Amino acid sequence: MSILVFVEQRDGRLRTVSREALGEAARLSASLGGPVVAVCPAAADPGLAALGEAGADRAILARHQAFGSYHAAGYARAVAAAAQTLGPKLVLFANSAMGRDLAPRVAARLDAGLASDCTALAVEGGRLIATRPVYAGKAIQKVAFKGPVALASLRPKAFAAVARPGVSAAVETLAVAEDPQFARSRLVSVAASAAGKLDLTESEVIVSGGRGLKGPENFKLLEDLAQVLGATVGASRAVVDAGWRPHSDQVGQTGKTVSPKLYVAVGISGAIQHLAGMSSSRCIVAINKDPDAPIFKVADYGVVGDLFEIVPALTDAVRKLNAQHV
Amino acid sequence: MLQVVCIKQVADTETRVKVAADGKTLDPAGVTWVLNPYDEFAIEEALRIRERQGSGEVVAISLGGPGVQTTLRSALALGADRGIHLRSEALAPDPIAVARALAAEIGGLHADLVWFGKQSVDDDQAQVGPMVAELLELPCATAIAKLALDGTRATIEREIEGGREVVELTLPAVLTADKGLNEPRYASLKGIMTAKKKPIDEKPAALGEPRLELVGLELPAPRKAGRVIGQGVEALPELLRLLREEARAL
Ligand SMILES: Cc1cc2nc3c(=O)[nH]c(=O)nc-3n(C[C@H](O)[C@H](O)[C@H](O)COP(=O)(O)OP(=O)(O)OC[C@H]3O[C@@H](n4cnc5c(N)ncnc54)[C@H](O)[C@@H]3O)c2cc1C
Ligand SMILES: Nc1ncnc2c1ncn2[C@@H]1O[C@H](COP(=O)(O)O)[C@@H](O)[C@H]1O
Repeated sequence: MSILVFVEQRDGRLRTVSREALGEAARLSASLGGPVVAVCPAAADPGLAALGEAGADRAILARHQAFGSYHAAGYARAVAAAAQTLGPKLVLFANSAMGRDLAPRVAARLDAGLASDCTALAVEGGRLIATRPVYAGKAIQKVAFKGPVALASLRPKAFAAVARPGVSAAVETLAVAEDPQFARSRLVSVAASAAGKLDLTESEVIVSGGRGLKGPENFKLLEDLAQVLGATVGASRAVVDAGWRPHSDQVGQTGKTVSPKLYVAVGISGAIQHLAGMSSSRCIVAINKDPDAPIFKVADYGVVGDLFEIVPALTDAVRKLNAQHV
Repeated sequence: MLQVVCIKQVADTETRVKVAADGKTLDPAGVTWVLNPYDEFAIEEALRIRERQGSGEVVAISLGGPGVQTTLRSALALGADRGIHLRSEALAPDPIAVARALAAEIGGLHADLVWFGKQSVDDDQAQVGPMVAELLELPCATAIAKLALDGTRATIEREIEGGREVVELTLPAVLTADKGLNEPRYASLKGIMTAKKKPIDEKPAALGEPRLELVGLELPAPRKAGRVIGQGVEALPELLRLLREEARAL
């Protein structure tokens, strides 16, 4: 039984999240058996043979002239068609913006169960079990699948990629049939946000600010700290609602769930909805002037004091440290 | 214009999760049930469209046990015209089953716009909206942060990694709402009073075969108790030492 993996390319390069999905498929194929088959909708072959190095045994190019950029309805039909031809036991997606949009559509077309945003997959007693955080990480759910095919989307950074230098995947082409739906929606444009800004969910280090920053202009302090730490700036909902930061920066139950190596919470009280989104971070640092702030209950290292003194001093200290290590 | 808004009743985001005796579900004791926060943005946008157009109907649909009628009433209090309660006794049916039942009901309504929240904040699946769209063969945009309507053309914006996509769709269409789409209103006293008289149709939900089976619900391994390492800038050398030597995070 095969495993089908939907892979995303950006600017002709395989995205890291897809590498992780291929890696997990390669690992699972040891217990499930069968080949790992990648499927990539595209207008022309972007060089899918190279997916062999990331774990794919075969690759299906689902071709249509409208697939130069993401087309939700079209990709859904293409991936479902690939699954119907292949008859896999499992179809994997990355839980990226595209995967989140696409996977449920494919599940509906296949009348299959989908476990979203999984942090682990395992075969237990012959059954595939998906582990996934629920209640924004306040609990962990385990689900099994019913029916002939199972679908899962994988949380970014929760699965490891594999490297098989020199291995190439056998590429086959699937011509995607024209469909009236293709004309009913279209991607008009993609505007890049602040240049080079990494998505919070993909960041190894995050520096988040809350209402303690007093105003949007003071986020400059956090941007400076983020720069020396190689971090992305996040925010609490309070400051997003105040319009100081865009919604894409929000961490928490109605924002992003993140688990970076290092999370620095600055002037954030640590409300339950914020904690839900960041408690699975490897290391948490909190800077807050209120020693009773709930954020200190989850902080590995808490520093009590005025952020307006501490943050610039910390930025300086890290900058000096970086200079020593060059 | 007819708009349908699918709303889910969920545990309040303040809830401290306890696992029920079955080892698989949330212990409902002491839980406050609320309208899924993302669905508030969906309702608000539908109401604004109706208000702007000066006519039309907004129908709220919720699938669940008898308790979801309170959530339907709260949607009616915000301004929805009528409610449909798809009754289901099954505890936490899986997204595809919910989508089948909703699609079966919505298919007969011939709505111009079908609204969902981007995700429910209990199961965090983010599936039902795009599933219903596929089952009904309707164009769909998920997690939208902005909408402009021009006749039967909808132009939406949605956030992706490192940017924003602009997508155009032809109505009838399915949209799922992200936070930031608008600023949801609160129910007025008058709204709450008139909601009591608005109709809620009750019918059984056609869920079909389940495709997911709950195996267990666990609490995450508790974090080590927090530790304050010092006060003010004097604590920074120790912080940096710990980050490097203990946490290996620098
Ligand atoms: C349905 C729902 C969903 C929600 N979802 C989210 C979510 O996704 N994410 C989220 O973050 N919140 C969410 N919230 C909101 C949450 O309940 C809190 O209101 C919010 O997190 C508070 O933000 P804050 O910590 O920035 O502000 P505050 O709670 O006001 O905290 C500010 C902190 O800054 C400290 N401070 C002030 N001045 C200084 C200084 N000079 N130096 C150092 N420290 C200082 C204060 O001691 C205080 O602890 C949600 C709420 C609801 C009801
Ligand atoms: N039981 C339900 N009744 C009505 N709408 C629902 C139900 N479950 C989910 N939805 C809708 O689907 C959206 C996404 O839910 P989910 O796929 O569970 O994350 C929610 O925001 C609701 O709009």
